[in-house]
Amino acid sequence: MKPPTEIDAAEMTANPVAGIDQTKGDFKYDVKYDFDAGTGLNETTVRYISTVKKEAPWLLEFRLKALETFRKKPLPTHWATKDLENINFDKIRYYLSQGQKPKRTWDEVPDDIKHTFERLGIPEQERKFLAGVEAQFDSEAAYSNIKDIVAKQGVIFMNSTEALREHPEIFRKWFGKVIPTSDNKFSALNSAVFSGGSFIYVPPGVKVAQPLQAYFRINAENFGQFERTLIIADEGAEVVYMEGCTAPKFSTSTLHSAVVELVALKGAKIQYITVQNWANNVFNLVTKRGLAHEDAEIKWIDCNIGSRLTMKYPGVVLKGERARGEVLSIALANDGQHQDTGAKMIHAANNTTSNIIAKSISVGQGRSTYRGVVHIPKHLKGCKNNTECDALLINTNSRTDTYPAISVKGDRNATQHEASVSKVNEDMIFYMQSRGLTEAQAMSLAVNGFINDLARQFPMEYSVELKRLIDLEMEGSVG
Amino acid sequence: MSVSNTDALTGSFTREAFEAHLARVRHLPAWWLERKRAAYERFAALPMPGRTDEGWRFSKLGGLTLEGFALPPAIRLDQMAHRELGVTGAGHIVLANNRLVAREIVAPDLLRQGVIFDSLQNALLQHGDLVRAHLLAQPSKLGSDKFAALHEAFLEDGAFIHVPKNVEVALPLGIFHYASGAGAAVFPHTLVVADDNARVTIADLFLTAKPTQTPAPGPEAQFACGGHDLYAGHGAQVTYLAMQDWSRETLSFQFDAKVVRRDARVLSLNLHAGARQARHESFSQLQAPGAHSEMLALTVAHGTQEFDQRTLQIHQAPNTSSNLLYKNALLDQAKTIFSGLIVVDPDAQKTDAYQSNRNLMLSEEAEAHSLPGLEIQANDVRCTHGATSARIDREQEFYLESRGIKPAQAQELLVFGFFEEVLGKVEHAQLHDALTDIIREKFKAG
Repeated sequence: MKPPTEIDAAEMTANPVAGIDQTKGDFKYDVKYDFDAGTGLNETTVRYISTVKKEAPWLLEFRLKALETFRKKPLPTHWATKDLENINFDKIRYYLSQGQKPKRTWDEVPDDIKHTFERLGIPEQERKFLAGVEAQFDSEAAYSNIKDIVAKQGVIFMNSTEALREHPEIFRKWFGKVIPTSDNKFSALNSAVFSGGSFIYVPPGVKVAQPLQAYFRINAENFGQFERTLIIADEGAEVVYMEGCTAPKFSTSTLHSAVVELVALKGAKIQYITVQNWANNVFNLVTKRGLAHEDAEIKWIDCNIGSRLTMKYPGVVLKGERARGEVLSIALANDGQHQDTGAKMIHAANNTTSNIIAKSISVGQGRSTYRGVVHIPKHLKGCKNNTECDALLINTNSRTDTYPAISVKGDRNATQHEASVSKVNEDMIFYMQSRGLTEAQAMSLAVNGFINDLARQFPMEYSVELKRLIDLEMEGSVG
Repeated sequence: MSVSNTDALTGSFTREAFEAHLARVRHLPAWWLERKRAAYERFAALPMPGRTDEGWRFSKLGGLTLEGFALPPAIRLDQMAHRELGVTGAGHIVLANNRLVAREIVAPDLLRQGVIFDSLQNALLQHGDLVRAHLLAQPSKLGSDKFAALHEAFLEDGAFIHVPKNVEVALPLGIFHYASGAGAAVFPHTLVVADDNARVTIADLFLTAKPTQTPAPGPEAQFACGGHDLYAGHGAQVTYLAMQDWSRETLSFQFDAKVVRRDARVLSLNLHAGARQARHESFSQLQAPGAHSEMLALTVAHGTQEFDQRTLQIHQAPNTSSNLLYKNALLDQAKTIFSGLIVVDPDAQKTDAYQSNRNLMLSEEAEAHSLPGLEIQANDVRCTHGATSARIDREQEFYLESRGIKPAQAQELLVFGFFEEVLGKVEHAQLHDALTDIIREKFKAG
């Protein structure tokens, strides 16, 4: 093997992997926005958003209080990266909308937006697969289609504005309860200016056969996206939700700060799948947490490939006996990227179990960080946690960090944590090259192998997309 | 009574107390006094640790009060019960209440070989340059800047060991640091310099002195703020065992700094038994290829004791290895915190680092926090860490009890079984026994 210092720049870039369109996701269309709250954040912005959305007075109150909290909270830079200080909150657009009423059918969706979807490679036939498409274009859902079958089962699947207006009796009870406004600075920001996102209610005993899906993307320079998602699975209900993000590339920083709350009532199951591929200038600061009641199960499958800085630690509060929480996380950090991801498991009842499996890959000068919390308080018994973190470093200057925090009280619980850092096995690469693969192909295959046992748990179309994204990221990483 | 801001920052360690201390050590070299003055200024200016300091996450900050302590009066060796614990082979030094009270060199050829085994004050006067190069020369990186500065400011005397090139000290050297009397503040320090290819084994004991006559007055609140500097030159082999058994009312800080050079091997083992609240910071630097550091610790936590262990192992050169194993046995309402960090610098390829924290939970109310961390900036490395917290295997317990062994005894046996992985690495039989004795006594005292 060549010493790492001898790799020259030309060699680094001239390493194409066949069949991948590198310009994918790298485009922008001019869109005329009907509503625009301007840049910067103050009380007027918040009132404006609330008025445009024709919200109830309690919601305006909620937003204004959140704004106050946001202003008071410091950035968490005593533990988090100083890069957060580069966010200029005054230069961000906090609300943009195409129009108020979400489009109902595909025909009603404007052509240029359809065009955007096509460039992103959402195949026409795939839509038939999906129970409903809640595609968020900028901050408002541009296209919303709930399949009859889901609606017939009594499932409510709409955007946050509609849901809070039409079904406050269902959603208000849990809205902002799993993640309180004051949880952190960015959850407060989201609470003040949120728009878009999905609110889902699955009635007792209903098992939604197909995954519900939504695509989010950013398409305006300096435009932050603050979607809000709340999923409630009533007793014995089951639902799978998928969220995918791709965004055009821009020259100045963009902020994405979502809040996702899941509530799994007794015996319910929620699976939340994310594939995040924001452009390299996006700050992706997301708060995700689920509340699992008795015998309920919440599973986060979280895959982070894009963005400049992602800080996201999906959590589960295990509130009822025998509740189960799981986080499967894949992160890939390339040059100029910092994937600061992880998981939180808060045990709050006896015999609750949690499992965290995190795999990260650092390419070039990318940095990936695992940060986790496992908390088992006093007087609980029979709680178990298993945590595994594996990091793969591709280049000599790649970086990875692991910062878990595990607190256990009492002798009737058990936790185990294991982490490892390694590089791709040279023998493996050599073997594949001897079979005629290029080094890049071999590397790509090895990396895909590293995450394979996690990727297998993704729905088919996602694991295919994931593989393509990894191939794309691995381009030019070896030489 | 109004307490001014400065008082809140310094507690009992006021400027007057510092000047009084300085007056007692004014015969020492000027550079050292200068450093002490600078250290005091740092101590007085730095804030106490706060809630948002990551280096103090999970620590009981309320227990860190500096009030109610004073520099204690001198005490003679015959005024306290001194036990050798079998750790002295080649010689021993006894310090009590910050003063040298005894020094004995048993091995006859020690001095002939050029080994220096003396008090820190004598070393400062006679081997100033050597001391200057190594004494508190490493930065405080684990959060206790304030208390490390306090240690430097008030450090009065300690032990100094210098083993010259190619010299092997076969038998262990024993160092005893005693604190005596209620409210006593002690600042123990051990400085070890092992030159290239030197070999030495050191036992460093931190104990609360029990008076010889009157029945023991029960636990006395004391303040201990000490540490060591350990330098292992190229090819040196240093074994360092520290046993901390302060009184149960003691607030203890221990700051360890190790520098490991080319092909050197350092094995250190810290036994934590005493104190009310004990913080141990261990900073290891693997500075040249082939360096290896083995960092071991055993903790027996009873009652409401809190043991707060923070470690940092930095791999600064290629082909270095380190292995950290911290085992805690937690009883009653005890609490332990382990926060470790392995750092691999960008050029430190072929690093092999391991870090492991095992907590044995022996009570319903014990509390264990593990924060095993990694920061890796080189790709051709093998770094792993693990942390577990669990109770004793019920089947093992049941088996022992079915053989007629009482539960308490069975527990003790199983704890020794749990510790054996660490104890087994101590080659000197006497040192192994000394460690076992302290652990056994701890169980007896409960």
